[in-house]
Order: sequence, then structure tokens, then C-alpha cells
Amino acid sequence: MTLDTLKPGQRARITAVDTDSIDPSDARRLLALGLDTGARVAIAHKGVFGGSDPIAVIVGRMTVAVRRAHARALSVEPAAHTEEVQAGA
Amino acid sequence: MTRQQRLVALAGNPNAGKSALFNALTGARQKIANYPGVTVERKAGRMYSPAGEPIELVDLPGSYSLDPSSPDEEVTRKVVMGEFEGETQPDSLIIVIDAANIEQHLVFAQELLSLGLPTVIALNMVDLAERDGLVLDPAALSEALGVPVIPTVAVRRKGLDELRAALASLDGAPAREPRPSIGLTERRVSAEAIADAAILSETATRRLHAHLDRVLLNPWIGPVILAGILFFVFQAVFAWATPFADALEGAVAWLSQLVTANMGPGLVRDIITEAVLAGVGSVVVFLPQIVILFAFILVMEATGYMARAAFLMDRMMSFVGLSGRSFIPLLSSFACAIPGIMATRSIADPKDRLTTILVAPLMTCSARLPVYAVIIAAFIPRQSVGPGIGLQGLVLFLLYVAGIIGAMVVALVLRRSVTKGAGSGFIMELPKYQWPQLKDLAIGLWQRAWIFLRRAGTIIFIATALLWVLLSFPKAGPGESQVDASIAGKIGSAIHVVVEPIGFNRDIAMSLVPAMAAREVAVSSLGTIYAVDSDDEDETAEAVTASVAARWSLPTALAFLAWFVFAPQCVSTIAVARRETNSWKWPTFMVVYLFALAYVFAGITYWSAVALGL
Repeated sequence: MTLDTLKPGQRARITAVDTDSIDPSDARRLLALGLDTGARVAIAHKGVFGGSDPIAVIVGRMTVAVRRAHARALSVEPAAHTEEVQAGA
Repeated sequence: MTRQQRLVALAGNPNAGKSALFNALTGARQKIANYPGVTVERKAGRMYSPAGEPIELVDLPGSYSLDPSSPDEEVTRKVVMGEFEGETQPDSLIIVIDAANIEQHLVFAQELLSLGLPTVIALNMVDLAERDGLVLDPAALSEALGVPVIPTVAVRRKGLDELRAALASLDGAPAREPRPSIGLTERRVSAEAIADAAILSETATRRLHAHLDRVLLNPWIGPVILAGILFFVFQAVFAWATPFADALEGAVAWLSQLVTANMGPGLVRDIITEAVLAGVGSVVVFLPQIVILFAFILVMEATGYMARAAFLMDRMMSFVGLSGRSFIPLLSSFACAIPGIMATRSIADPKDRLTTILVAPLMTCSARLPVYAVIIAAFIPRQSVGPGIGLQGLVLFLLYVAGIIGAMVVALVLRRSVTKGAGSGFIMELPKYQWPQLKDLAIGLWQRAWIFLRRAGTIIFIATALLWVLLSFPKAGPGESQVDASIAGKIGSAIHVVVEPIGFNRDIAMSLVPAMAAREVAVSSLGTIYAVDSDDEDETAEAVTASVAARWSLPTALAFLAWFVFAPQCVSTIAVARRETNSWKWPTFMVVYLFALAYVFAGITYWSAVALGL
């Protein structure tokens, strides 16, 4: 599954980054912000007024905003059980 | 050979607290210029070594890596590598790391360290990290990285002496060997290992920012709060500034009386009272409003809320083909389009950036405030339309909304025509929340206020004085009004032919030309025109308001407001757009489309108002 399909509060680990499906400079920026293979992530917030864009992703100790199109390029493996995320804690 | 002053550069990730550290180390001794050939701001200041030796400190743009993905990052790369023409390579580096985000910031730090420059690491904001339950061991970090690591709290001036001492100890020390540069993934793995080894204790404290984000980024409540904040800001700009503006106005009137009382009548007295005091004075009284607006913007930036606002605005911006990143330059443009257009440099996508530059002048900049303020005060009654909501503030808010809607529609059209292309992404760090620091705010506000006052003292003064000369000569014969007889009156009559269909009178036509220098000159020009016309010595903003209320019809006033929502009346903005797009093509396009919109909308407003019998 990909990052955009995670629910808010769900934790996961990035298993692959499909850098070919997005703009090279966007891919570079995602990697620079730590959204790379192996990173532990969680969705903090999703969308505005019921939409599903943009997505606030917690990666490490940081919160990063991305769009669904980028999140779709990040394959993730959800953590065993879903729990309420205390934003990076 | 005399040794040149040492050059030290501050480098690090965005949001590491570099600017706060820069302010703490240099105080107010700062010089802001541009890097030669590019439009990236070069912020330099002077700090002193423990021995009292002056050192030049430059604050490099925040970067995520030396593999640049924006013009800002390109500058950082070139400067630290000594490849920037006209800029010497720094003698040493201070790498700033946010203690609370150490794994991430160590990734870039390692890349910088591989350059081999003498380096000190400032482990910044250790207090906030500890608040979040993260305690670090600087000695372990120093050992792992092979350079001194100094814990600092820039905003509380903690660790500054230690940092200066560590920097001094680098002087004369043998240069470190450049290390082989390793790839991003390897750097990340080793960053995590180094960080893990340096973490003394980590408790899962509930982070303040998670709680705040839960409310402020809530899909439903968040946008409502943002709208509320923006509405409050615009109300405050009008309400809070009034006592200060009144005081300034009183001072200008008092000065004018003083000059009148102590000088014999003559040309010099007329220049001082009618050109200098009436012209410049009527603009300077808007300083409080500009300072208040900038204060809110600086607070939103310093607290970290601005990035949240960008997040909330991203979806709306995506409808018109832009991203949340464009929100920050556009919001800055509410204060002034010049810093707004310069802030577009953080937008990676060239077409996004160009579109943002082209629509930035539609945001209601503070230079339009004087114009709006005079017309609103003259024609809109000071009455309340609800608890805490004044009609005047509401009209002002609607004018801002008109600019925003105009910008959105124009962006939509541009994105489908001249700047067509795939929509770019929105990837942005949301920094943690912080209390704004009074000192940093004060420095920022002072810089903005100074830019405005310098404009008032130069561009606005020259434009107003020139207009006064054109208005005062040749002298009117008996029975003829001075304005009719003057050169400016003749020019105004010629322009009047063009703008008469949209309801403008000759006074407005005359004020439009000097207002090309800066929008607020429209007010000082009207001040000068009416001062010359009535021979009244104190045409302050209040007097302009009275003159306008007596002489203009309501449809004319409304058309004038509509004109200023769109008109590109600012030479500096055009110059900045030229510099940022590196061509005359886009600024020309911008000027033409804005004048066309201004003319059409002023016309629609005038004729609608006339048809409604206003």
C-alpha cells in the first residue's frame, strides 16, 4: 500500500520510493526531508474541508506537508496495530 | 601583509534557528544586500572574537543539501565551496543544528563537514528539545563529528561566549582534511547512529505542537481559525493604528504651523509647508498601520503558524494551479510586493514562481492603505455593523478580498495560457511552534519601517516636490485658478481625457502620474494639489480626506478604489519583477494586464454606482 491510503494516526514504515513517478526535483526534496526507504512515518492530518489534500506526515521528529501525488509514490508497510499517534512522541 | 577580516558563515537547515543566532551574535549591526548577479539576499553582520577582533558573519540561506533545488540553495552551495564569484570562501563555518531535530539536521551537517573547512557546530534550541524530553550529550556529538559542539539557546543568548571562544580556537588550527563525501542514504544512516549515541535520555513527553496542530490543522476548524486571524489582523490594522496616526498627524500640523509662524511668506516657506510637510507628512502618518501589519506577519512567521497557513491554503491554491508555497509570498505582498516577489525564490517550480510573481501586485500592499484609508474615511460612515465590526474595516476587508479574488482568477487564467504546465508539488516542512522573540521582531520591524521611511524621504519626497513645482508654475493670472494655469494642470487635463469615461476627475488624473513612483504618492499628490489650490498650509491626510469628501462624488471615489485594487502603480515592483524574471518581457506583460484590469474594473464600478443612483 502507499502512504496516501494510510489513515490519520496510523503508523508505517516506508519500504520503497518510486522516484520515477514524480518530478526529479520533488523526489530530491522528499528524500532531503527524510521521506526515504526505512523511515518511520505517521499521518498527522489529512486534507482541508473533507478533501484529501494536502497530507501532513510525521517523519522522525518533523512534520512535513506533501500532496497525495507524492504520497502515492511512497510504498509503506503499516505497523502491526493502529494507535493514536502523539505526533512523533 | 595585513590579514583581512575573517569571514565566518552560518549554515544549516531551514528552521534551525540560524537567523535568531545571527541576530544574537551580531545585534543590530546588520547589512542586507544581494549576492552579485542573483537576487538572493545576503545578510551580513559584524561579531567580535573574545579578543575583540571584528569578524564578518554571513547568514547563508537555509538548505537541506548541497545538491541545490532552489536558487537559495544554489547560493549556499557555491559560497561554502568557494565557487561564488565576487564572494570569498568563508574562513570557517558555524553549522546550526536544531537539537530537537538532530537526526534530520545531521544529514546536511555531515555533507558540510566533508568540505574540510574549520567548523564549529551550534547545537541550537537545546531548551526546546529538553522541554520535549530530549536530552543530548554535546561531548559525544563532538567526538563523533570531530569538531567542537556548543549547546546554544540563541534567543536567550546562552552559549554565545562559548561559541565565540570555540570559533577563535579554530583560528590557526591546521585545516581539517576534506573527507570523502558519502551518499544521502549513508549520511542518513550515520546521522541516526550519531544521534542515537548522543541521546542521553528521551521521554515521550506530549509535544505541545501536536496539540496545537490538532486544532490549527483540523480540516474544518483550522481554515475557520485562519480566516478569523486574517480578519482580525485587518481590523486591527485600522483600529489600533488610529491613536498613533492621529499623534503623527498632530505633529505634522504643529510643524507646519511652526514654520508658518516663524518664516516670512515666500517660496521657501511654500516648499516646506506645501511640498515637504503636506506631501511627505501625509504618507508618514500611515507608518503605524504598516508597522502593525508587518508585526502580525513577522509573528506568524516566527511562531511557525505561517507554514500551517500555507498547509491550509494549499488546496485552495491548487484549484488555480498554484501551491501552498505561493501563500507565503502572497501574504508578504500584503505588506509590500517587493519582499513578496523576492520570497518566491523558495518556490522550486519555475512556472509556479512566475505565476506568483505576476499576481503578487494584486495583493493589497501597505502602500495602498493610505489611498484606501483616505477614501474610506471620506465616504464610508464610521458606524458599527456588528459587535467589534466597523463598516470602515469591513469595506477595507472587502477591498482586500477583491484583490485576492482578482489574483486567483488571474492565476487560473495564466496557468492555462502563458504559464501552462504541469502543476508542481507542495512539499514543505512544518516547523515546530515557538514563542516569537521580542528582539528578533524588533529588528525585523525596524528594517521594514526604515525601508518605508527611506522611501518617504526619497522617492515620495522627490515625486511630491516635482509635482509641487509643476503645480506652482507658471503663476496664475488674475481670476484664474493656480491649478488650471500650472503645467501639472495641463498634463492632468490631457490624461483626464483618457480617464474621464471611468469617472475620474482632473485632480485624480494629475495624481496618477507621480503615483507611478509609489502608490501612496497618490495621497500626498492630492494633498499637494489641494494645498496649492486652496492656499491652505496644512494639507495633512485629514485635510485631504475633507477635500476629497467635499469635491468627489461617491461613484468617483469607488472607481478610484477599484482602480487601486489593480493598477501597477509602483516603479519598484516593476523593477523587482524585472530582476527576478531576468527579462523585460514579463514585467511588461504584468504592467499591461494590470492597467487593463484597473481601467475595466474602475469603469464597471463607476457606471454601476451611477446606475444605482449612489
